[in-house]
Amino acid sequence: MSRVKTLQALFKRYRRPGDIVFAWFALIFSVFLLSQIAEQTVWKNGGKLFAQPRFWPAVSLGGMVVFAAFHLLGSGLSERIQGRWKEVLLWIASIEYAAWFIAYAAAVPYAGYLPTTVFFAVALALRVGYRRTSTLLASAFAALVIVILFKTVLKVNLPSGLIYEALPDGLRQIMLTYF
Amino acid sequence: MENLLAGLEMLARWDVILALLVGSIGGVIIGAIPGVGPAVAIAILLPATFSLEPIVGLTMLLGIYGSSMYGGAIPAVLINTPGTAVNALTSYDGYPMTENGEAHRAVSLAYSASFWGGIFGILCLILLSPLLALIAPMFGSREIFLAALLGIILVILAHRGQIFAAGMLAMFGIFLQTVGLDAVTYTQRYTFEASFLSSGVNLIVVVLGLFALSQAFFLLSAPDSSPDAKPISGRMGAGMKELLKHKRVATVASSLGVILGMIPGTGEFTAQFMSYTYAQKTSKDPEKFGKGSPEGLIASEAANNAVPAAAMIPLLALGIPGEALTAMMLSVFYVHNVIPGPQLFQNNIDLVYGLYFALIALNVIVMVFLLFSTNLLTKIIRVPTHFLGVLILLLSFVGVYSLRNSLTDCMMAAGFGVFGLILKRLNLPIVPIILGMVLGGIMEVKLRSAMPRLKTPLDMIDRPIAAILFGLILLVIALHVRTLIKEWRAYQPDEDHDLHDSQTR
Repeated sequence: MSRVKTLQALFKRYRRPGDIVFAWFALIFSVFLLSQIAEQTVWKNGGKLFAQPRFWPAVSLGGMVVFAAFHLLGSGLSERIQGRWKEVLLWIASIEYAAWFIAYAAAVPYAGYLPTTVFFAVALALRVGYRRTSTLLASAFAALVIVILFKTVLKVNLPSGLIYEALPDGLRQIMLTYF
Repeated sequence: MENLLAGLEMLARWDVILALLVGSIGGVIIGAIPGVGPAVAIAILLPATFSLEPIVGLTMLLGIYGSSMYGGAIPAVLINTPGTAVNALTSYDGYPMTENGEAHRAVSLAYSASFWGGIFGILCLILLSPLLALIAPMFGSREIFLAALLGIILVILAHRGQIFAAGMLAMFGIFLQTVGLDAVTYTQRYTFEASFLSSGVNLIVVVLGLFALSQAFFLLSAPDSSPDAKPISGRMGAGMKELLKHKRVATVASSLGVILGMIPGTGEFTAQFMSYTYAQKTSKDPEKFGKGSPEGLIASEAANNAVPAAAMIPLLALGIPGEALTAMMLSVFYVHNVIPGPQLFQNNIDLVYGLYFALIALNVIVMVFLLFSTNLLTKIIRVPTHFLGVLILLLSFVGVYSLRNSLTDCMMAAGFGVFGLILKRLNLPIVPIILGMVLGGIMEVKLRSAMPRLKTPLDMIDRPIAAILFGLILLVIALHVRTLIKEWRAYQPDEDHDLHDSQTR
């Protein structure tokens, strides 16, 4: 293989397993959205075409359908790459981490930013297979640094936890404001 | 002259200097870690900068943008893994040099070339400013519409071999920004009677999902690994001397970086490639390219570092971002009600000069920092990828939630995160979606405001700049068709490569 390549070769991108699944999904999704256009947008009588609220959704969805159809065609006509369903399973498996993220976001307003962040940092580290105490401590420490940096120092707009209300007076105020 | 002084004055504040330091040093570190790139960092920090003053927030983000490529050269040279996508060609010659025991020479050359490119880019920006201030007011609604259209077309065509996918994703981006209540007619568009869709799909939620969360999911669901770079020894200043022997290559490469950086949709990668080809074609020993040629390394690093300054040109002068990072920065301007575009040069010229000086300062800071801390960075980049994934996930929450404390936003971002992961796994580009959203919004607004003055469609292009832009659009499409025909005639067997896995960092 030559190390130096032509312009064409460098600009090409290559298919990976699972491309055709994505291509089918993209086409079905675009066609579905386009089919909803009459219901989901309005045509104002008497208005110019370019100023219609329907104009840009129509252009973009029309373009999406055409491009998706060609993408599917290209994918279908290319050689099959093995490992398609294994790849799709990996996509589905990644939803687990999306669920972790949403659970984290849902917990913060109740359990407080600092406790939730430290808990999730350690729990996620355990989940991805770290067992050494030093790594777990490092993730707890990283969580602490994140909280101090964003909530205490930068005062980023994040909620204070309901749990803090149960704390004794002096501490409660500090926790509500800074952590 | 007093504007220049006002610009300098803007920088002479402790908070701006701190933002600059944090941004530029943070950017080097982020660039050096192969799992995170400037896009992830800027996406996460974006909402946090909204509460800061425009100049403070922008210098920090600019710092990350301009310095990440310096850092990205380190793993490219030492372990053959580019730290950011645009350091891909650096590894071509940098890594062979490391294999030959010249790691120190390669790294210091890369720094010097980056510095050359960075400063060259800023000087061009400063010299072009008076001209920009002259031309920018000639851009009315229709010209900006056409320029945005050109940007969309270029970003689609730049993804050769995956034009259909890129087109589809760009169109998806344009569609996303139409969702919600139409601002002119007050009618619902694709809200499916869900109240959270009435206010539209927030760009920052999408950016955080597609860039940051998807990266977290990507790292967490792939096997754990830890890049291992060996420390290097020697004086880092030596590279500058060697660079001066290759002034011609460095200057041409930087110029290409500037020119391509200005054109929306093309960016660092094209610039890097074209200067690399130029360097090879004009070199005395072209056969050394790919085997450790200093000229190849210089061409690649000087070109990509000249881009950030040049990319500020369409952003500041016309309000048109050319790639994902400037698209994110655009939202900082909007939040503070500073609308980039022709008026910026008339009303806020001190801000413009302030940003120029910030760019110069950041290059100097980064260079000084790197001279002393390269070995520290080789230790930092050993962070295991799973650990990095956990951190990105926790940090993404700050970005999404601080926007408006909404759990719905978090869910949407998580959805876009999974979508981004699929795109990354398939090696499909993410940038067209973001540019589609931003440029699509610009196109819709500008076309509407141009409408009342147009009697016939030909009026659209009856002004000189509009006509030039229209000609460019036609030219770009014609050139593309020509290449397609040429490729069809001279069919070559494909070879796979990873150069475009630009979304995985």
